[in-house]
Amino acid sequence: MAAELKKAIYPENATIGLPTQHRFDPYTLNGGTIVGVAGDNFAILAGDTRLSEGFMIHSRDTSKIYKLTEKTFLGTCGFQGDVLTLTRLLNARLTMYEFEHRKKMSSTAISQMLSTVLYYRRFFPYYTFNILAGIDTDGKGCIYSYDAVGNYEKHTYHASGTASSMLQPLLDNQVGYLNQEGVRRVPLTIDKARTLIKDVFISATERDMYTGDSLHIVTITSDGVTEDHFPLRRD
Amino acid sequence: MFAKKGIQAAKARKTGTTIAGIVFKDGIILGADTRASEGTFIADKNCSKIHYISPNMYCCGAGTAADTEYVTRLISSKIELHSLTTERKPRVVAALTMLKQMLFRYQGYVGAYLVLGGVDSTGPHLYTVHARGSSDKLPYVTMGSGSLAAMAVFEDRYHVNMELDEAKQLVRDAIAAGIFNDLGSGSNVDLCVITKDGTDYIRPFDEANIKGVRQGKYRYKRGTTGLYT
Repeated sequence: MAAELKKAIYPENATIGLPTQHRFDPYTLNGGTIVGVAGDNFAILAGDTRLSEGFMIHSRDTSKIYKLTEKTFLGTCGFQGDVLTLTRLLNARLTMYEFEHRKKMSSTAISQMLSTVLYYRRFFPYYTFNILAGIDTDGKGCIYSYDAVGNYEKHTYHASGTASSMLQPLLDNQVGYLNQEGVRRVPLTIDKARTLIKDVFISATERDMYTGDSLHIVTITSDGVTEDHFPLRRD
Repeated sequence: MFAKKGIQAAKARKTGTTIAGIVFKDGIILGADTRASEGTFIADKNCSKIHYISPNMYCCGAGTAADTEYVTRLISSKIELHSLTTERKPRVVAALTMLKQMLFRYQGYVGAYLVLGGVDSTGPHLYTVHARGSSDKLPYVTMGSGSLAAMAVFEDRYHVNMELDEAKQLVRDAIAAGIFNDLGSGSNVDLCVITKDGTDYIRPFDEANIKGVRQGKYRYKRGTTGLYT
């Protein structure tokens, strides 16, 4: 029977008797959320430690924060396979840079390199959403956020991942002092930022399936790095 | 048909769920989690999934939220009228037959996946009913996206003639397994104990995990919200 005739007989679900289309589907979404906040002399990067697929939890203790250099950290979520490949590639590039230039790569240089690395795969992207946090050459905290193909922007605060649409408006209000009248803009302290990050993750865990288990917080200052773990809901 | 014209059909809220039931020494225990989700978003953190059919019968629902709600309410009404005309206490098989005949008529398009339990003049009865209209009568059952996690607990620890406290703990643990290991299930555990002497609806039976305590203060000064005058 001709395909047109079949379509006339079965106008809605005209798949009967027609060839089945198969698709190469190399990506999965492993969920999770990351947040970066930059202050005057510090940068904080935090992410939950849940790794999931569909309705399954693969791991409750897989950090999304990766150390790139002594003062530059990468938060990354999306497809875990690409996360691993990307971080490995970045570490290789950083080592090569160090051997060639006899110095560590600066946070700003890494931010540019990450964009280039991502755009190189423009038509078969690394399915990752990144936030880079570090201390720039002036000793100030800096946050860069990226989409999967390398578009990037410098921020003072940013949220990425499955609960980003819930966290970003809260950060806009509490860090950016947006949508408020006659508010006093107090410079953000490390303690305030860390408390805020814990609280936004507590809230995100309440409403996002893919966010939970525990929170990994990395605080970067020019004096050094401190890491914290904070428990979250496990349901 | 509408999709061809660019009109999207309304999506019904299908919620991930863990529901379960067991037969124990004195009757039936039904259990459910309390999370309702819309895709990956948690729409309701404390919804009720154990529905009333009659004083001696309750029904847990998984699948399309609206369908489980309405199908149980409709059968509840029909059972009430049925027991009024027959002047007898309703039987679980009567509710089961009404449910499965209705679900079969709708060929699975009424997306209700149910655990029906109750005690009547013939003793305790526990059934599962699928949306297509099939049913099973078993001593321990689970349903929903967390059914595998919950069934693993039952397969490990269920035995015949369980005492009340042990049976309640088993159903709690089965639902808790769903709550923690299935992303579609979460929040609290609800239980419903049905014996020939009466029904004990315990909501919540257990808060499986405690809510995080916020550390910051988020109060706004008067006049922070801008007003158009």
